[in-house]
Amino acid sequence: MDILRFATAGSVDDGKSTLIGRLLFDSKAIFEDQLAAVERTSRDRGEEGTNLALLTDGLRAEREQGITIDVAYRYFATPRRKFIIADTPGHIQYTRNMVTGASTADLAIILVDARNGLTEQSRRHAFLTTLLRVPHLVLAVNKMDLVGYDQSVFEEICAEFSKFATKLEVQDLTFIPISALNGDNVVDRSANMPWYDGPSLLHHLEHLHIASDRNLIDVRFPVQYVIRPHASSDPELHDYRGYAGQVAGGVLKPGDEVLHMPSGFSTRIKKIELAGREVEEAFPPMSVTLLLDDDVDISRGDLICRPNNRPAAAQDIEGMVCWMSAERPLAARSRLVVKHTTRTVKAIVTDLNYRIDVNTLHRDETATQLGLNEIGRVRMRLTQPVFADPYSRNRLTGGMILIDEATNTTVGTVMITDAR
Amino acid sequence: MRSDYLLSQLDVLEAESIHIMREVAAEFERPALLFSGGKDSIVMLALAEKAFRPANIPFPVMHIDTGHNFPEVIDFRDRRVAELNVRLVVASVQESIDAGRAIEETGRWVSRNRLQTVTLLDAIEENRFDALFGGARRDEEKARAKERVFSFRDEFGQWDPKNQRPELWNLYNARIKRGEHIRVFPLSNWTELDIWDYIERENLEIPSIYYAHERLVFERDGILLADNEFLTRTEEEQPFTATVRYRTVGDMTITGAVVSSAATVAEVITEVAATRVTERGATRADDRVTEAAMEDRKREGYF
Repeated sequence: MDILRFATAGSVDDGKSTLIGRLLFDSKAIFEDQLAAVERTSRDRGEEGTNLALLTDGLRAEREQGITIDVAYRYFATPRRKFIIADTPGHIQYTRNMVTGASTADLAIILVDARNGLTEQSRRHAFLTTLLRVPHLVLAVNKMDLVGYDQSVFEEICAEFSKFATKLEVQDLTFIPISALNGDNVVDRSANMPWYDGPSLLHHLEHLHIASDRNLIDVRFPVQYVIRPHASSDPELHDYRGYAGQVAGGVLKPGDEVLHMPSGFSTRIKKIELAGREVEEAFPPMSVTLLLDDDVDISRGDLICRPNNRPAAAQDIEGMVCWMSAERPLAARSRLVVKHTTRTVKAIVTDLNYRIDVNTLHRDETATQLGLNEIGRVRMRLTQPVFADPYSRNRLTGGMILIDEATNTTVGTVMITDAR
Repeated sequence: MRSDYLLSQLDVLEAESIHIMREVAAEFERPALLFSGGKDSIVMLALAEKAFRPANIPFPVMHIDTGHNFPEVIDFRDRRVAELNVRLVVASVQESIDAGRAIEETGRWVSRNRLQTVTLLDAIEENRFDALFGGARRDEEKARAKERVFSFRDEFGQWDPKNQRPELWNLYNARIKRGEHIRVFPLSNWTELDIWDYIERENLEIPSIYYAHERLVFERDGILLADNEFLTRTEEEQPFTATVRYRTVGDMTITGAVVSSAATVAEVITEVAATRVTERGATRADDRVTEAAMEDRKREGYF
């Protein structure tokens, strides 16, 4: 059994919570006491029926305001797969939360109300999903029951979305007509829409091929921690020096020639250990320990790759930024701390190229700053190099977070387009 | 499995947890691991052992001792700590009460659950810990479903759910000022069933009370409590012997047992897979106070 992580985007009005509630309920991931608590609260508030949104909206403020504020993580499993749902809020003021949820997702479901068709919000969600390079996208046209299960309504929305998607880098797109409330095409194929010959949503989630989504070609091993046992009692361990980390790309095997950055020194992998046990290979997302043939001075923040395939040791970064701070804007000359893989350096923004309107995709080149939830393209200069790839090539070596040096909060994120 | 380079769900979760633990060891000066003797903290400790092998775990283990423990759990704790050669810090709720820092609750639910927060925050300050691993999982409770892996606490130990640091990819922001700390939850993405599957796969030892055994219990508000010295029964609360096991391990005063005949890990897994009630719903009186009981306690600095 493997894991599929997916993000859901849409507002309560689109039926997002109903859809999640149904997936959880039908896969028996909602328990009786949870359901009883939700029923009780719904009744106390005088609501008609059971408000399934209360299952996911866990914070006091969310319940009080009837909205989703933050990403909620939900879990369910079928005999084929374990699923992790990042349930993200739909409103524009929570763009940063949606970006957070999408960063690790294999797939995103964008919900559209069949009666309203595409809205500004659905376009924004599609844009953010592709900005974060979620490899698979599902446009779920919901509330088909309210448009009489009409094929032409569905196809019109699909055509409109397809046209919009040509402006984005969508890697894989699937359209599914559903009714979350009635369960049409959620778990089982619906008899109400005989004209639809695709899979149900759950079937699609269960069978989607995700093995090729990771980069298994470019070896990238950011060194996270050096393991040096101080046990004088065991002479075997006296010279033990293990480089621990999570594989960010490629396949590593004992005997492989590898290159250390920043030194440029080449050596071979002597042994790969996973939790103290020797293994024959390592690939993403395994957390392993590498032992090397030669004694090289390697520390946290360094990177191990192949001699003929290395990332840029870059001090000049260009990329798309999502700004996440309400306290301060991002502008040229902004000074920040950057965390990239296991390396933390200082940076200065040298240029804000443009701000992008997340609803229309219009680029405003006269913009001089980015505020909370705004997205734009920036250029930055780092005090020390990071070992980076374009985000389109590798999400882990191509992404970084921005930290405010005074408050220590995470104020933004960068998807690298160009690293030199 | 290996031909398409896909890992099983347990391997993915293990890799993620190990990454988180190494990140903490690398970025913080004085981390510690909160260990209750419950199954989640046992899995967490096993992962810590794996993350740093063949070296010893590079941080101490801390137990917040309420004094209302199951004796089986304390025995287990001491044995495990000795095996792993880690330092154990015990912070005692009784000492907080004796020092006048905490006031014992009275009434029918004489729980020391809430008092633990005082002891925990005092111990963090006294030991100058800057990061604490907790075994909480997001599937346990709805406030936890929204909490970050690296959960920031201010100098009063408080959690501010509306002002959490965005967490992208596998990048965690570990920066804090003096007096602040981070609670770290490496098991965030594990479910109850994952924990049991892992206990089975790794052949981990857990305290005997997790398996079916005979015990003198009484019923209170639908929860089966062990007949114990810390709780006073009323007339109607007559004790009786039942075959039970525990799904969670907390204080004897608030942790309920479930009627069960599951005597092995495999039998427990079958039972958990078929159950229709959450582990906290079934067995924890501390979550029943209000709809947002957990959020409120976490804001105050609870686990």
